[in-house]
Amino acid sequence: MSTILEARQLCKRFGAATALEHVNFSFAPGHIIGLLGPNGSGKTTLIKLVCGLLTPTEGEVLVCGMQPSHQTKSLVSYLPDKLYFDNWMKVRDCLALFADFYQDFDRAKATDMMASLGIDTNKTFRTLSKGTQEKVQLSLVMSRRAQLYLLDEPIGGVDPAARDFILDTIINNYNDQGTVVISTHLISDIERVLDDVVFLFGGRVERMASVDSLREQYGKSVDEVFREVFRC
Amino acid sequence: MLKWKFDNDRSISAQISETIQKGILSGVYPPGSGIPSVRALAVEAGVNPNTMQKALAELEAQGLLHTQRTSGRTVTSDEKLITELRQRMATSYIDAFFQSMMGLGIEPQLAIEMLTSRKTPINPTEVS
Repeated sequence: MSTILEARQLCKRFGAATALEHVNFSFAPGHIIGLLGPNGSGKTTLIKLVCGLLTPTEGEVLVCGMQPSHQTKSLVSYLPDKLYFDNWMKVRDCLALFADFYQDFDRAKATDMMASLGIDTNKTFRTLSKGTQEKVQLSLVMSRRAQLYLLDEPIGGVDPAARDFILDTIINNYNDQGTVVISTHLISDIERVLDDVVFLFGGRVERMASVDSLREQYGKSVDEVFREVFRC
Repeated sequence: MLKWKFDNDRSISAQISETIQKGILSGVYPPGSGIPSVRALAVEAGVNPNTMQKALAELEAQGLLHTQRTSGRTVTSDEKLITELRQRMATSYIDAFFQSMMGLGIEPQLAIEMLTSRKTPINPTEVS
């Protein structure tokens, strides 16, 4: 399969407000892609369209050649930008939930990852800090053997040491056929693990390039290029 | 273990190649020895595996690494190539040194005199 994720003239409007306008891209398997843009540039809307949580106003988005449906949900592992487990749940309840829900879930892997991050699986969600809650969710999402991982702000709330661990996990875990899309504005932390970056601005693709070609072109890190392009 | 550190102003793959070249010259990866897998090196350096792959392919094109069908990649045992590499990198460091000295208003001739008259012993742990 040559493309895992494709958008054709993708538009999303909420009433009079335009969230995405004529977005086009296509990505081959085995890449780690950074979805970068200032607040309100359409990153989360784009990810939600890929998941099928929103429907396009115009154009289409394709996962492995298919429009988002129950079929593509088994191929996509999605980390939302919000926490979605109930407060009363224990971490091991979440593990059980994922094991029930997803055929491709590797419970041993998730348990190992949580152990490395020092997470006690007997604790209830309510008693965990926000960062730890995020680590739990990310461990679960990364422990699926999916084709496409969509990570919406995966490292925003976690400490720098755990960030490194999470990035190592992403490098280690994603399979050669898998593609990872990471939306974030913490660019300097993650640019080394990315193949390509997509700059979104006001719902449009402002720039799309490989990390190394941007660095060569500007003689600057992607973080610095971003600050220049989106200077307020 | 190699020292992985990346500057902001250059491509990552070029800097990876350079770090591995230094590893070959400093004896972390001696001539003829095997080097870790792409995935292992990518994790060690904290970089994207495709970028690591690209850097290794570049070193292969230069003849410094070879791919063995069964045992992954090995460092060349061609001493001549390694000597040339050492020479090339040394020259670029020397050029950079003179450029920095010029930036302080010190002409090359004076810089050489200062070098040869330097008495402080060089601390090997500070050498990167």
